[in-house]
Amino acid sequence: MTPDELLEIAETERESQKRFTHRVNVCLAAGCVSCQSQAVKDALDSDIARRGWGDHCQAKGVGCMGLCSEGPLVSTGVLTGNDRLYKRVAAADAAEILDSIDGAPVSRLRCPTDVPFFQRQKKIVLENSGVIDPERIEDYIAAEGYQALIQALTEMTPREVVEQVMASGLRGRGGAGYPTGLKWSTVAKSFGVQKFVICNADEGDPGAFMDRSVLESDPHRVLEGMLIAAYAVGSSDGYIYVRAEYPLAIKRLRAAIRQAERAGLLGANICGTRFSFKIDLRLGAGAFVCGEETALIASVEGKRGTPRARPPYPAMEGLQGQPTLINNVETFANIAPIIRKGGEWYAQVGTEKSKGTKVFALAGRVQNTGLVEVPMGITLREMVFEIGGGIPDGRKFKAVQTGGPSGGCLPEEVLDQPVDYESLARLGSIMGSGGMIVIDESSCMVDVAKYFMDFCMTESCGKCTPCRVGTYQMHRILSSITEMTATPQDLAMLEEFCDLLKHTSLCGLGQSAPNPVVSTLKSFAAEYKSHIEDHTCPAGVCGKQPGGART
Amino acid sequence: MTPSTGVKTLKIDGRDFSARPDETILDVARENKIFIPRMCELNGLSTVGACRLCLVEVKGSNKLLPSCVTHVEEGMEVTTTSERLTHYRRMIVELLFSERNHVCSVCVSNGHCELQNLAQKLGITHVRFPYRNPKVEVDASHERFVIDHNRCILCTRCVRVCDEIEGAHTWDIMGRGVDAKVITDLNQPWGSSATCTGCGKCVHVCPTGALFEKGRSVAEMEKRRSFLPYLTLMREEHE
Repeated sequence: MTPDELLEIAETERESQKRFTHRVNVCLAAGCVSCQSQAVKDALDSDIARRGWGDHCQAKGVGCMGLCSEGPLVSTGVLTGNDRLYKRVAAADAAEILDSIDGAPVSRLRCPTDVPFFQRQKKIVLENSGVIDPERIEDYIAAEGYQALIQALTEMTPREVVEQVMASGLRGRGGAGYPTGLKWSTVAKSFGVQKFVICNADEGDPGAFMDRSVLESDPHRVLEGMLIAAYAVGSSDGYIYVRAEYPLAIKRLRAAIRQAERAGLLGANICGTRFSFKIDLRLGAGAFVCGEETALIASVEGKRGTPRARPPYPAMEGLQGQPTLINNVETFANIAPIIRKGGEWYAQVGTEKSKGTKVFALAGRVQNTGLVEVPMGITLREMVFEIGGGIPDGRKFKAVQTGGPSGGCLPEEVLDQPVDYESLARLGSIMGSGGMIVIDESSCMVDVAKYFMDFCMTESCGKCTPCRVGTYQMHRILSSITEMTATPQDLAMLEEFCDLLKHTSLCGLGQSAPNPVVSTLKSFAAEYKSHIEDHTCPAGVCGKQPGGART
Repeated sequence: MTPSTGVKTLKIDGRDFSARPDETILDVARENKIFIPRMCELNGLSTVGACRLCLVEVKGSNKLLPSCVTHVEEGMEVTTTSERLTHYRRMIVELLFSERNHVCSVCVSNGHCELQNLAQKLGITHVRFPYRNPKVEVDASHERFVIDHNRCILCTRCVRVCDEIEGAHTWDIMGRGVDAKVITDLNQPWGSSATCTGCGKCVHVCPTGALFEKGRSVAEMEKRRSFLPYLTLMREEHE
């Protein structure tokens, strides 16, 4: 495809969309699909056909609209500026929604959008989510899709692409926050007979669903990011490592890859240039540790998914011993707008050291659960109480957990701290991939720590001793605390293990496994103490049943 | 092995040494008779950096580095023994003891066991945390050898020697975390293995009494250490 052909497709698609004066968008991402949004879409389709509105009204399946807790979500009037969002829509509501399409909204289904949950967001990664049809490449192209790729291929040298990414200040969205531009530059400068680009879509943190949502809502954006990266570092082969637990994301990725290949945007001599790139999918078999880059590479190579010591880093010696660029889904999803609008534009958003936006999966004991994209530097309090809408059922906030099993629990006192890589690390947690779990007073923090330790124990690959046996011993002590049988010596031993695992484990999983324990010991020491000394659980969770209750 | 280009000099425990750039800290230490504890590493086999006993302190690095997989660098200053390292090493050995059923007094390798020797060397008199006491199997289906999973510390030497030296790849690992275990073929009884050549290399690289020859009683299973130079020799020819 030549640049002109791409513009033509965009123009044709926009023209053909113009004939629809009315559009009803139905969320067809996994969250809403699980509460029957496909039936809603089908009902709308048949009702539109029955009314003979097919020439001017369209029901369109789109990606995630964010407020997953209120699904299935349906929006109308996006084209006329009279937009409305409907929540908890059932198939039976289709007629009523169509009846009111020009009139007063259906008040019983209406979901207000003038609330902080929608107003405080800034959408870069999710700009197309909930707007375009993720299963049609034309829709993506009409929304400026693949323009960044063509711009990079025709107007920029690989070095200029890397420079834009460096100027953007983008950092790895997988959790560690390594500067993306620096990683690209390293791979670009590494010498190898072949280079690889891998997209890490093995999202495994409990409560995290950012990458799934991006893949389900806008898969082409990730492909475009990978293509630009491949051009920048000089790679011709790419893999997307996606966990098999995401069937819808896999289906849409497969469709997207096929469409892009057919359009000549993937494959040999892309856009008539010398640049060639192909992408294959690799499905993860359910091991959390395969999100660690060296374990992921082993898994792609067909070996057992276990990490290895770094250095050498994958940027120097990765897949098949060749220089390999590994970035997370969200990192790649940021690339196209950075190239389109320039690195400096991106760097205007966010804080001094953490640029741009971050997608968070807000979950747990909070009013609004769902997917949000916010500028870096927003405070935790704004996240929980404004965007999240506070704690339901009049309960009291206790902690917010970020970063999954590698992160920590942050108490009330630090809620006014900004959300960025450095601040969260300083507070004893991590940014992580974007899971944010709100915990209220009805949860016991020892039990929460035990839950995460259980996760780390069962997800340890078993390669290195401290992680394999250490997580077991830590879990044993945490269990004895929740069963009220622990002694102060056990607590001292627990702290010793925290130190051991952090400093001697092979990979990030083991090194960060103590984080939930360390952070709860720091902020909620009194809860540990009352379990051990007074044999009571302040939250009333532990001791009710053997092993305590699961959060 | 590439010819030495740019020999490095480094300090280990305050003494100066020279090394080829492809040598690891452990290689240099071994050459100069500086003892660094390790379990998964065996000279002649590939290194995996898994047991974490060979961690050393390197000046300027805030992380402890596994000496078996860390290559030397010019001007490196390595400390192989410190109070902190000994503390960690003791804990790791204790963890290994607590993981399965290590009862030295009734073990075929009592007195010739690398784990036992290391524990003694580190001054471990008892294990401070409870044993896990898992129920694991003994596979005596092979006509000459036995695998006793109670004594296995998952060093994977058997896996590597079988793959890299014998070329049979009978051994591998299955399961995750504490449930991981070494298996023959696709978790079939060793005696029915179609790939095992019966060479016995796995038995003689095993640091503990997990792999032993049939007919050995308590403390009788002395591993043939003369086997090890042969391993190194094979490795050099191989490369």
